[in-house]
Amino acid sequence: MDTEFGPPLDDMAVLGRDLTKRFGEFTAVDAINIDVYSGECFGLLGPNGAGKSSTMRMLSCISQPTSGALTVLGTDPRREAARIRGRLGIVHQENNLDLDIKVVENLTTYARYFGFSRSECRRRAAEMLEFAQLEQKAVSKAGELSGGMQRRLAIARALVNSPEMVFLDEPTTGLDPQMRHVVWQRLLELKQRRTTLVVTTHYMEEAEQLCDRIVIMDHGHIVAEGTPQMLIKENVSQEVVELWFSETPTEETAAPLKGISEQFDVLADRIVLYVANGEEAAKEVHRRGLTPERLTIRRSTLEDVFLRLTGRTLAE
Amino acid sequence: MANPTITVLERHMLLYQRLWRASAFSLFILPVLFLTSIGLGVGGYIHQVDGHDYLQWITPGLIASTAFQTGANESTYGVLSEFEWVGGIKAMRSTPVRIQDMIRGWLIYVLIATELAVAAFLIVIWLAGALTPGLAISAPFVCGAVSLAIATPTTAFSAAINDQDWFLVLARFVILPATLFSGVLFPISQLPAFIQPLSYLSPLTHAVELMRDFAFGTATPMTVALHFAYLLAWIVAGWFLANITYRRRLTD
Repeated sequence: MDTEFGPPLDDMAVLGRDLTKRFGEFTAVDAINIDVYSGECFGLLGPNGAGKSSTMRMLSCISQPTSGALTVLGTDPRREAARIRGRLGIVHQENNLDLDIKVVENLTTYARYFGFSRSECRRRAAEMLEFAQLEQKAVSKAGELSGGMQRRLAIARALVNSPEMVFLDEPTTGLDPQMRHVVWQRLLELKQRRTTLVVTTHYMEEAEQLCDRIVIMDHGHIVAEGTPQMLIKENVSQEVVELWFSETPTEETAAPLKGISEQFDVLADRIVLYVANGEEAAKEVHRRGLTPERLTIRRSTLEDVFLRLTGRTLAE
Repeated sequence: MANPTITVLERHMLLYQRLWRASAFSLFILPVLFLTSIGLGVGGYIHQVDGHDYLQWITPGLIASTAFQTGANESTYGVLSEFEWVGGIKAMRSTPVRIQDMIRGWLIYVLIATELAVAAFLIVIWLAGALTPGLAISAPFVCGAVSLAIATPTTAFSAAINDQDWFLVLARFVILPATLFSGVLFPISQLPAFIQPLSYLSPLTHAVELMRDFAFGTATPMTVALHFAYLLAWIVAGWFLANITYRRRLTD
């Protein structure tokens, strides 16, 4: 039951206060507060070096915070990290598979780490092969699988202990669009089972679809948080006009745009203009004598929120 | 509950199984090469050392040296690749397996690999008709100890570096000198007096003396205890170092 202070505390999968991670002089994560509710899909977005991975590693009880307070699944990782990890599923950016042994052996070997009997491991491995749609490949060497299949195997392996919470670092990066779709289908299935998910991704449209709540990080700080809809509404206008130029646009190119909108970003290949009404703004652009090679009008997305808040596109 | 150390060992054994054929071949071929080239070849000129046939005299040392090499070799690329290229350690780190489980499971694997090499050596000697009971009974213990004595610090070292070029330095300046100056091929008394104490720093020297004492029936409780205590000191120190370097690499 929700109280006026938010959901009850025992419903929190992660409770982090002033979490800081330092590597020597460098502060990767700087006193962030982070909450993940049980059963939600929580997205961690940010450019490279924003502190996402360090945050993931702390929340998944692999590394210890330099300072701050952290509770994961109601337990203190300072004292019981190994026990908490027994209840987590962790998918790293790299697959970390044993490519020289069979697909099914990758699953059983990993399941054994959680202390299950051999027969139980075989049963769970069979279940996961089905989940990952890899039954046909069970006795192939993992190294013979395609990139997308290896990714699915890595995800399936992390689920072999029926985790209460799953961490996925860039689960679809490097996959072709079709395979990305298959992987995100699996994640949606997990979400429907009320498994708590913590995800980092570069794909904003996927984050918009999958995540209940999102945190955007930059330089070790949280710069925005909320539902995808809230983030869009609060940080950017409803529509976006993009002006594409053959030559790199400069501040000078953008000068005539002042007045059409207070909010615009000048990028390497285009100028992005945040407006309430795209059609009107486009007309005004032409009226002021600007001649972009191409002009597009679209609804604003998380990608734009990201650009506004960090001054960078995700590709950078 | 499956013991986490055992589950780590299971993975190493599974990975070992897929190359056991190639490995088994070299396990037998190496002792044959050593014994024929050095034992018969060099032995043909030397004949006797300390009242023993040269071939009989070097055999205990060669077995200890094989164990020493196995312990050192397994713990170089085998450890670094787990951190850098295979990611097996990173996968374990995402489970309840603790760092001491990883190291313990790994070292038991190195011990098994060593005992297999020692067993192959003993079989070759037996086929040559030169196996004595003293040698057969003492070899697994002495060789296991000397293998772990070098495997634990080497494992610690491999977990501390990022660049495999360091293994060349290790091989040339530590493992090779230790093998050459530990009394395997000639008595330490042949060395200049100022080098002799240095050679006693090497765990291999102590293993070679143990093996020879057992083979020729010259072991006394005192010397056996002292030699084993020295090997144990290396194992314990290496174990702690490995825990430190693994922890440093995995907990940040």
